[in-house]
Amino acid sequence: MVDVTPGSVEAIPPAEVPEVELYHPHSWWTTYVFSQDAKVIAIQYSCTAIAIGMVALVLSWLMRLQLGFPGTFDFITPEAYYQFITMHGMIMVIYLLTALFLGGFGNYLIPLMVGARDMVFPYVNMLSYWIYLLAVLVLVASFFAPGGPTGAGWTLYPPQAIMQGTPGGQQAGIILMLVSLILFIIGFTMGGLNYVVTVLQGRTRGMTLMRMPLTVWGIFTATVMALLAFPALFVACVMMLFDRLLGTSFFMPAIVEMGEQLQHAGGSPILFQHLFWFFGHPEVYIVALPAFGIVSDLISTHARKNIFGYRMMVWAIVGIGALSFIVWAHHMYVSGMHPYFGFFFATTTLIIAIPTAIKVYNWVLTLWRGDIHLTIPMLFALAFIVTFVNGGLTGLFLGNVVVDVPLSDTMFVVAHFHMVMGVAPILVIFGAIYHWYPKITGRMLNEALGQFHFWATFLGAYLIFFPMHYLGLMGVPRRYNELGDMGLISDSAHHLNAFISVMAFIVGFAQLVFLFNLIWSIRHGREAGGNPWRATSLEWQTPETPPAHGNFGKELPIVYRWAYDYNVPGASQDFLPQNDPGDYAGAKGH
Amino acid sequence: MSVIIVFLAVIAGISGWWLSQQRLMSKPWLEQGVIDEHGGSLGPAMPTAKVGLGVFLAVVGCLFALFTSAYFMRMALSDWQPLPMPGLLWFNTLVLVLSSVALQVALMAARRGQLDTVRLGLATGGLTAVAFLVGQLFAWRELAGEGYLLASNPANSFFYLITGLHGLHIVGGLIGLARTSFRAWTGTPARKLALGVELCAMYWHFLLFVWLALFVLFAGWAASFIEICRQLLT
Amino acid sequence: MVVALLLVAVVVGSVVFHFLSPWWWTPIASNWAYIDNTIIVTFWITGVVFAAVVLFMAYCVFRFRHREGNTAHYEPENKRLETWLTVATGIGVAAMLAPGLFVWHQFVTVPADATEVEVVAQQWQWSYRLPGQDGKLGLSDTRLVTPENPLGLKPDDPNGQDDLIVEAADLHLPIDKPVKMLLRSLDVLHDFYVPEFRAKMDMVPGSVTYFWFTPTRTGSFEVLCAELCGQGHAFMRGIVMVDTPEDYLAWVGEQQTFAQLTGTQQTSAAEPTAP
Repeated sequence: MVDVTPGSVEAIPPAEVPEVELYHPHSWWTTYVFSQDAKVIAIQYSCTAIAIGMVALVLSWLMRLQLGFPGTFDFITPEAYYQFITMHGMIMVIYLLTALFLGGFGNYLIPLMVGARDMVFPYVNMLSYWIYLLAVLVLVASFFAPGGPTGAGWTLYPPQAIMQGTPGGQQAGIILMLVSLILFIIGFTMGGLNYVVTVLQGRTRGMTLMRMPLTVWGIFTATVMALLAFPALFVACVMMLFDRLLGTSFFMPAIVEMGEQLQHAGGSPILFQHLFWFFGHPEVYIVALPAFGIVSDLISTHARKNIFGYRMMVWAIVGIGALSFIVWAHHMYVSGMHPYFGFFFATTTLIIAIPTAIKVYNWVLTLWRGDIHLTIPMLFALAFIVTFVNGGLTGLFLGNVVVDVPLSDTMFVVAHFHMVMGVAPILVIFGAIYHWYPKITGRMLNEALGQFHFWATFLGAYLIFFPMHYLGLMGVPRRYNELGDMGLISDSAHHLNAFISVMAFIVGFAQLVFLFNLIWSIRHGREAGGNPWRATSLEWQTPETPPAHGNFGKELPIVYRWAYDYNVPGASQDFLPQNDPGDYAGAKGH
Repeated sequence: MSVIIVFLAVIAGISGWWLSQQRLMSKPWLEQGVIDEHGGSLGPAMPTAKVGLGVFLAVVGCLFALFTSAYFMRMALSDWQPLPMPGLLWFNTLVLVLSSVALQVALMAARRGQLDTVRLGLATGGLTAVAFLVGQLFAWRELAGEGYLLASNPANSFFYLITGLHGLHIVGGLIGLARTSFRAWTGTPARKLALGVELCAMYWHFLLFVWLALFVLFAGWAASFIEICRQLLT
Repeated sequence: MVVALLLVAVVVGSVVFHFLSPWWWTPIASNWAYIDNTIIVTFWITGVVFAAVVLFMAYCVFRFRHREGNTAHYEPENKRLETWLTVATGIGVAAMLAPGLFVWHQFVTVPADATEVEVVAQQWQWSYRLPGQDGKLGLSDTRLVTPENPLGLKPDDPNGQDDLIVEAADLHLPIDKPVKMLLRSLDVLHDFYVPEFRAKMDMVPGSVTYFWFTPTRTGSFEVLCAELCGQGHAFMRGIVMVDTPEDYLAWVGEQQTFAQLTGTQQTSAAEPTAP
């Protein structure tokens, strides 16, 4: 082995993997459809996720029509309403956010950012996408099945999820939902193995863990969590499928349904809730951690300053990831589980606020004394901080067991989780798309449309979800298709509901503008060049834009520094790419 | 949920140990130049496929740990009636042990370059694994014949569900084993087979371990063991 | 500039909205004012943090926005500042958690003199059962539910014979007497929720859950189901009346016991299956 000592740069052999197994595509089909290139798979994942996400957006419009103007739209029956909320929630959480962050951004960014030619198991990676697509198609099929999709709420709590009183419960809806989830988990596991092992094994020379951009840290940790958490959903889905199809009693106790005794006996609905939330809580952070990572990089690049407290940021990501596995039962404070669990889970839940708060401080301290370019990605990053802080703080209400008692199952919860894991991560996704679109297509997104999209989305979403907390505080329960003549609800609350619905349409419309921008700019956007944001991380240093198959041309880059060398005192320019040897001779060593 | 928590604690321990080797306390902004990991050698220390399989086995382990957790939680409810263990399961266990041993022999032979022994090991391993699956099916039939049907008691439901999933994992392993065997019979030199055989052996040992754990669980020894621990603690 | 102003506007707007909004919790009618107080404490702490973070951000955006010749300051980390912030956050979290856990302890500790009242939920109506003269509720089992025995009481349990059955009607409670609500469901998950009482708990088929409270105000309060229970979820309403002791006794006198209910039907119904 060649002796490599710092200072003897000539002695470093080219970092070319001797047997780069490049799966060079040979035909149109293997280039664009059955491609094993992580970048193409990323785009396939993203397009599918956005397409199904649009369905969920339309569903949210429909339910806002019903909530804002009850009784006006006859076609939105209670059954239909419950089907809308269920599919909206499930699609947004799993098929959009999880798939887009990990399957989309993970696939595109991990190999490029760590300096790899591709994922380590490209064939498995390709399968992952096709199974995901199949899962989406099964989900879509449930809309056309007799009885329609399931209306059990995205939490799918038994017994009602598989009973007659719930839309799709005794028809195909719930079965297709469960099958789709099982497929999704299988597909995700295939992709997830790739993301994790690529970070473990595929990093280029010099790319130590502590030199990775926080985006990679976020996606990596989230993937590890997802790999360990999704099995819980898998177990819950399989067992529920058995209960529904084969008459077992895992979750089903003795039940009298509409005066008729069912065959089940002795099962425990709480068992399902434990399994579901054992997946469900880490899932929140599976969505949040990639957002944390990406937003750190956006802020640092566009404020031309290193991320403040990088080490703390890494430790916080790992710490949050670990802690998030022991807080799941805070979703079950009023589920009837043993009340003494409340003490434990309230404590762990509030402890997790500390590393999360550290991350927020470090983001704003990165802005402090920076050189803030108010580009569209930066605007979205700022908006993320506002909404995330807001949603995170209301989490302290709901995590604190006794405060949760009056607020749980009200609109307060709906407002909280939309703010913290709906709006906040979506804002990061938008910021990230504006940021990396030039790398993916070679062209910039239109700035004016971007400004409109940003302001409408941020302010609109804030106006939707901030007042909604107060409806919950008043006692308006969630998952009510209409409030009717509820005594405790004043007329003004109905006006507020109508206002929220109008805002929802405005925000939704802004997304159509964004979609137009995405398509229009592929051809008509301004030429971006290889590194329009003058960023340091490796994906901006590729010889070609968009990066060609194999990412880095003949030789893989060698990494000489961390990803945040912006405005280093004494440096010749305001950023030093990670593969820039710079003043290597004068290195401070390690 | 204690089983899965213990399992995750083990995973967390391994990850923590690994992270502690990664200089997480270093100050990356002070370090310029190439830092070579893995003690200065280039390239990863472990074959990528092996790391990949390791991560996958952690996921599979998580799955079975969760089933075990669910098993214990459901078991605590009043309608639970343990089902008798067919004697055939002892025989199946023996066959699965044999299968694992055969693959281990194949692995050692592959490292020494003895192609014939590799082939023998792979064939024995594959056939015994198939025999195990057939044995499991007979055990199912025996139980069903005695009236222990899937839906009649949660203990039965869990038994069929978990053994079924374990069997499916063995079927998946057989596909991998078939690929390696194909290479062994189409002229790949023994030493080049070593990695493939090692992956199969790893997977087999893991599934054997899972099976032993499940056997202990179904036989009711796990519950008695936990009961003893609880009594010792209080 | 515009961005900084808008960030300030978000904070000011949120605070103004908080204080001026006509949408606030319903006047409390139980002893759980503690919960309201904990929420107020939490509002203050989180409100201050929210305003501080966003205003600081607005200041940064204004003060350090890009202008020609600006360069960012180079500061990878600041151990002291980070430690200080972590400790401050820890204190803030503890200040919310401690009262929270204290009140939770009260919430789960049912006073010895609480009378038991059973709520039985099914799709999509509320029924109730009160212990009769003996002060004890009889045993029940979902398997025993029939049209004649809607709550599934065990016919041979002497404790159950004098239980008052209130099927799909209003519940009355005496003022200032602690009650332990025993919650039971015959089919799916439900949640007994009266916003004015602040307390709520899921009802899980196959087990009995509970919470306790003391009504402190007479009046009529609406019961809502707070756990999705199928397509009739939003229409699963009921009424709880908190009465003066005299009114309450008068209402109790009008209710039928289990023995009376079954007795009237014994003639028509065949001998029930062995329990």
